[in-house]
Amino acid sequence: MKTALFASAAVIALAAFGTTAAFAQSRDTIQVAGSSTVLPFASIVAEEFSASFPEFKTPVVGSGGTGGGLSQFCEGVGDNTIDIANASRQIRDGEREACTAAGVTDIREVQFGFDGIVFASSANGPDFALTPLQVYKAIAAQVVVDGALVDNPYTNWSEIDPSLPDQPIALAIPASNHGTREVFQEKVVSAGFEEAGAPEGLSEEELEAAETTFRQDVVIEISGDYTETLARLNSDPNTVGVFGLSFYEQNTDTLKVATVDGVEPTKATVAAGEYPVSRPLFFYVKGQHIGVIPGLEEYVQYFLSEGVSGEGGILEAAGLIPQPAETTAEILASFEAGAAQ
Amino acid sequence: MATDTLNSPGAARARAVRSSLRRRHLSEQIFRGFGILAIALALGFVVLLFVDVFRKGIPAFVQSNLHLSVTFDPEIIDVSPAPARNGFATEAEFTAASLAWQREVALLNWNQVIEASLRQAAPAGTDIDSRTLLSIAETNARHQVREMFVANPTLLGQTVEIDVLASANAANWIKGNINRELGDAQQQLAAPARALIDTFVDNGTISNGFAWSIFTNVDSRSAPAAAGLLGAFAGTMWMMLIVIVLAVPIGVAAAIYLEEFAPKSRLTDLIEVNINNLAAVPSIVFGLLGAAVFINWFHLPISAPIVGGLVLTLMTLPTIIIATRGALMGVSPALRQAALGMGASRTQMVFHHVLPVTFPSILTATILGVAHALGETAPLLLIGMKAFVASVPATPLDQATALPVQIFLWQGNENRNFFEPRTAAAIMVLLAVMILLNGVAIFLRSRLEKRA
Repeated sequence: MKTALFASAAVIALAAFGTTAAFAQSRDTIQVAGSSTVLPFASIVAEEFSASFPEFKTPVVGSGGTGGGLSQFCEGVGDNTIDIANASRQIRDGEREACTAAGVTDIREVQFGFDGIVFASSANGPDFALTPLQVYKAIAAQVVVDGALVDNPYTNWSEIDPSLPDQPIALAIPASNHGTREVFQEKVVSAGFEEAGAPEGLSEEELEAAETTFRQDVVIEISGDYTETLARLNSDPNTVGVFGLSFYEQNTDTLKVATVDGVEPTKATVAAGEYPVSRPLFFYVKGQHIGVIPGLEEYVQYFLSEGVSGEGGILEAAGLIPQPAETTAEILASFEAGAAQ
Repeated sequence: MATDTLNSPGAARARAVRSSLRRRHLSEQIFRGFGILAIALALGFVVLLFVDVFRKGIPAFVQSNLHLSVTFDPEIIDVSPAPARNGFATEAEFTAASLAWQREVALLNWNQVIEASLRQAAPAGTDIDSRTLLSIAETNARHQVREMFVANPTLLGQTVEIDVLASANAANWIKGNINRELGDAQQQLAAPARALIDTFVDNGTISNGFAWSIFTNVDSRSAPAAAGLLGAFAGTMWMMLIVIVLAVPIGVAAAIYLEEFAPKSRLTDLIEVNINNLAAVPSIVFGLLGAAVFINWFHLPISAPIVGGLVLTLMTLPTIIIATRGALMGVSPALRQAALGMGASRTQMVFHHVLPVTFPSILTATILGVAHALGETAPLLLIGMKAFVASVPATPLDQATALPVQIFLWQGNENRNFFEPRTAAAIMVLLAVMILLNGVAIFLRSRLEKRA
């Protein structure tokens, strides 16, 4: 018994020593976190990167949504903070300020491709052909009827427009921790709001509230991944969900996609700019970690290489919509020049 | 006589007893009935859960292998010869040259090698474009072939028979995870690929085998069919090691001091109440604490098993302290008094007489506490262990995930058809580890109790 006690004491001492020793040791693995839309792409790049660069360790890719990733990114500089934040929208001014306040002054933005945002419903249900105006009418807390704002009266899609199926309105949208939400708001809801035409004589705050307040009874905000949205659709087949195009493309057996303004979302229509709801994808690199964390610069260069995020590259096979090669070249050049604003 | 007895006070009491007896028997039967119903319900739910997990998970333990003969064609593999150790003065120079050569090898188009061997395996006259053809084999096939070449550069120009994994979508098609009746637009694979897969299955090029990859591979996103649990398993093992090394000695020592040595005072009462409260604190709170203290304050690495282990240690400590104190309290006072009466000191009494008796209980409590920590997920999500890690942690300071977190991650993978079964398989592995741990606890307990 006594020896066992001594042994445990020794082990504790050793563990404590190991812990303190860790402080001095610098991290040699690239740490990434953020958008769940970018996560699959970043993970694939991480794996392929370590296969091509045997001298570097495999980068670690976490999720948490664009907002979560950027707030982790802006916690400061050092070993215990992440090196790259994946984002499905651009960094906000407020987030940049938070970064600066914490000492993260060299933020390098890298745009690497596009993703479409699609409305999809159960594969066995009816077809949807949506317009931003119809989506706005379906989910806004108050809609414009005869020039005045009234509480949203619609319960079925067919009441909004006879061309839509006679099915109760239920829409699963990403919660505000996702970058997808901002694009959804901007490209769909706000567009629909403008088309509806705001009534005269409202203050700016009232207008903004009319534009951004949703009905809580039919709108389900999903803070998890797209699989959570899919689970919603499975439990209530009447739900229409908001997904990334790449997620939809991998689940075409259970999902049916809706057209927006008559355009079906495909890689081709998004790349050509015909499909209205698309957004660029980004990641943000902490400039101060370049040269400290081994392989960080090589990771970015590899990510932007032709065979990875270019046309016919491995990410296109996984659902990314590549950007023109010239754009990529410019972005890479400005990254390497350390073009921090 | 008979009427006499009927009217006597004793007979009246007997009647009263007899009539209440029926009522009492009935209430007992009702209670027993509820008890059996409760057990049946509880067992029913457990059986339902197990049947569901097993039904979904068992098919995932079968993987589809493509049997290919791969030719290391010098026309595709056009690289300079591998550097030899004796050509360099120092080890460092050789390592640098070797890495440069490996980079050169990595930049080759290994997909061409795979494509050529797939074409060779396909029946003559199959009309299929290269992208569709490559969608049959998992994307890690090219790394597999490349690594073979790096390990043995003399393979250049030779033809070798190897097994590569069929892609996740091909496996879905073969196993029927995706509805085979659906039209082209809803299928993941193009029609020619599906036809060729069926041909391969018929002629034996594709065969099914036990999915060792689940146990020997790390997680993978680019090659989903090759995704395995090894990294998560290693992460879990590191954390359990830390929990055992830290929580057991600290917990047992704290319990012994509190129970045997500490003076009964307001302070020890307060400590006791707090320990009991700590045991009831939700695990997510420990996660928040861990993120704030170990990562932001002590600057320990994120996503590392050491932080996970420390957080789980905090979580397990109260359980072990309470269980150990309970065991110590249960030791008969006669034993203590006998020891003290024979002139033993307090320390001798505790360590020579009381502790050995309680050893089986302490051990069981420890193993059950560890088993609980093993399945804990919530605190790990908050300390960055919810990340995609494609390597095996060599030390507790390396980034890792844990088994329950891996289940969570696979559950969120976008290839639902492939990962739903694989998630169930991961659950089965976690359950197996837990049952094993509990089995060890029972075995040790019964053995030690016999000895004691």
